[in-house]
Amino acid sequence: MSTVVYISKDASALSLGAEEVARAIAAQARAQGVEVVVKRNGSRGMFWLEPLVEVVTPAGRHAYGPVTVGNLPSLFAADFLHAGVHDLYLGMTEEIPYLKQQQRLTFARVGVVEPASLDDYLAHDGYRGLRRALTMGPAEIVRAVTESGLRGRGGAAFPTGIKWQTVLDASAAQKYVTCNADEGDSGTFADRMLMEGDPFVLIEGMTIAALAVGATQGYIYLRVEYPHAHRALKVAIAAAYAAGYLGADVLGSGKRFDLEVRLGAGAYICGEETSMLESLEGRRGEVRVRPPLPAVKGLFGKPTIVNNVISLASVPIILDKGATYYRDFGTGKSRGTLPVQLAGNLKRAGLVECAFGVTLRELLYDYAGGSASGRPLRTVQIGGPLGAYVPESQFDTALDYEALSGIGALLGHGGIVAFDDTVDMAHMARYAMEFCAIESCGKCTPCRIGSTRGVEVIDRIMHGVDRDRNLALLDDLCETMLQGSLCGLGGMAPFPVRSALKYFRDDFLKVRRP
Amino acid sequence: MNEPIDNILARYRGQPGPLLLVLHAIQDELGYIPADAVPAVAEGLNLSRAEVHGVLTFYHYFRQSPPGQHIVQLCRAESCQAMQAEQLAEHVQRRLDIGFHQTSADGRFSLEPVYCLGNCACSPAMMIDGHLYGRVSPARFDELLAEWQRDP
Repeated sequence: MSTVVYISKDASALSLGAEEVARAIAAQARAQGVEVVVKRNGSRGMFWLEPLVEVVTPAGRHAYGPVTVGNLPSLFAADFLHAGVHDLYLGMTEEIPYLKQQQRLTFARVGVVEPASLDDYLAHDGYRGLRRALTMGPAEIVRAVTESGLRGRGGAAFPTGIKWQTVLDASAAQKYVTCNADEGDSGTFADRMLMEGDPFVLIEGMTIAALAVGATQGYIYLRVEYPHAHRALKVAIAAAYAAGYLGADVLGSGKRFDLEVRLGAGAYICGEETSMLESLEGRRGEVRVRPPLPAVKGLFGKPTIVNNVISLASVPIILDKGATYYRDFGTGKSRGTLPVQLAGNLKRAGLVECAFGVTLRELLYDYAGGSASGRPLRTVQIGGPLGAYVPESQFDTALDYEALSGIGALLGHGGIVAFDDTVDMAHMARYAMEFCAIESCGKCTPCRIGSTRGVEVIDRIMHGVDRDRNLALLDDLCETMLQGSLCGLGGMAPFPVRSALKYFRDDFLKVRRP
Repeated sequence: MNEPIDNILARYRGQPGPLLLVLHAIQDELGYIPADAVPAVAEGLNLSRAEVHGVLTFYHYFRQSPPGQHIVQLCRAESCQAMQAEQLAEHVQRRLDIGFHQTSADGRFSLEPVYCLGNCACSPAMMIDGHLYGRVSPARFDELLAEWQRDP
């Protein structure tokens, strides 16, 4: 009988050598005359254990990691194909505390199934949400999403159901569903992991969205930096078409839904929804003035749903298990679960999906085990390059939209980048302005020009030139950008700068060598 | 007329909002968008040259000159910075003897900054010709460079 071994095909796992390990296991098994079937899954999100090798026995999946090609002779000698004892043995995968303590709803299948296999998806509750939705009317689907309490996971946290209602209420011959997969924030990789590890759930979510509002065409706007996700999506979309889950007659319902992936071209601003629509239309990704909202006048001027990958991928489980099931997770106005991405200087960086309400400290120490460098953590930046820096004294804050905005921070897309005590916060503030200057679309003067002036002013402060005057000027500049920018790039770039100044002022004032 | 560009235009002309599709296809085929593609694309899609030029120059990914044989993209965003990406960037520039947005004199490597490869749990990250690498120390970079230099 052949043994089944799972090795991830997730881009991060590949970046640590998973492909070489997968090939070497297959080759060595052949050489020894042992029958092994190597299956390629997504990642469980425990990246300090990647490349993770899972061996299937009647008891379930046993984990070994991190495995290098050099470990293979001893793993074979220890009979790892029958879960033999070895230094790299981690026990049953699902019993690893980091994974076991999570509440995986949106990521339930990621790292479990083979992302390229529609059969595997169906065998793990796939397309149950869509089948349910096909028995419901549009208004009923929208109501379920509204009642689930799902809010936009891309960063803006706008209630998804209300957005859908607006598109449903708009009357037009053509409507669109678009997925914002331009995950550009540093410290975030949930969209990437999901698209690579369970692409069908995104396709299913978009199909349900289309049924809910009467759209017939969908686009996934994917960043070009994600070639692995691109391949996974193309394979899954082709399989969904072939099996009748996409196309002119979705599951015999008489409803059409076509879906296409379009690639971005390395512009961070295209993660802003109106800029993304411009880019999808083949233009410069310049931000549009709102109103009109995209829900009323969006892609090609038609009513359009614009939702993040995680928002759309959370819809199938809401339809399958009901709005109440989903909203019973979470706290206050933050319902359901959030895939938190732990990144930067952390010992156990990775993906943790859990109900809203978990504290930063639990995530950074209980899950992540503190810094990778072994030095004290000094600060975290939450929500990408436009997110505030949060000092250690506020690590007891709970992760929910309201609690974070209460301390002047924001959750964004759920990425947390940790820094140890060697970080120079004046440098990080300068970088925030520099990044804004590189990525500004140029439409609003405060963002286009202000960001460059911001770099210069911070340089002067750092080098002790007219410090008091320049500090006042920087504050004034931040206010101008905040008030005078159409979108969040110029409007939020002041957040990291001001929070760095507020909590780490000494870094700006220390004496530097020229 | 330029045959590859004509074929690409024929393939995408009927699509809604096709300009990015066309520019991607040209760059996939030729490695960059040559100057003479701009008027051809403008005419083929019934756009002005200014519109095509405007889009081409808006997006960091599109190149207007031929790249080196291999493209090294080094992440410079926060998560990688928290794991010594700045020191890595200095090392890479010294080893390749070029700055960002430059191509080595032998035409082997182009170095580009990138702002996040989604490999933030394995920072610092780097991509060479679409192959992703994580936890890249200066020593690891030297190993990878040697591997890619062996590549014809």
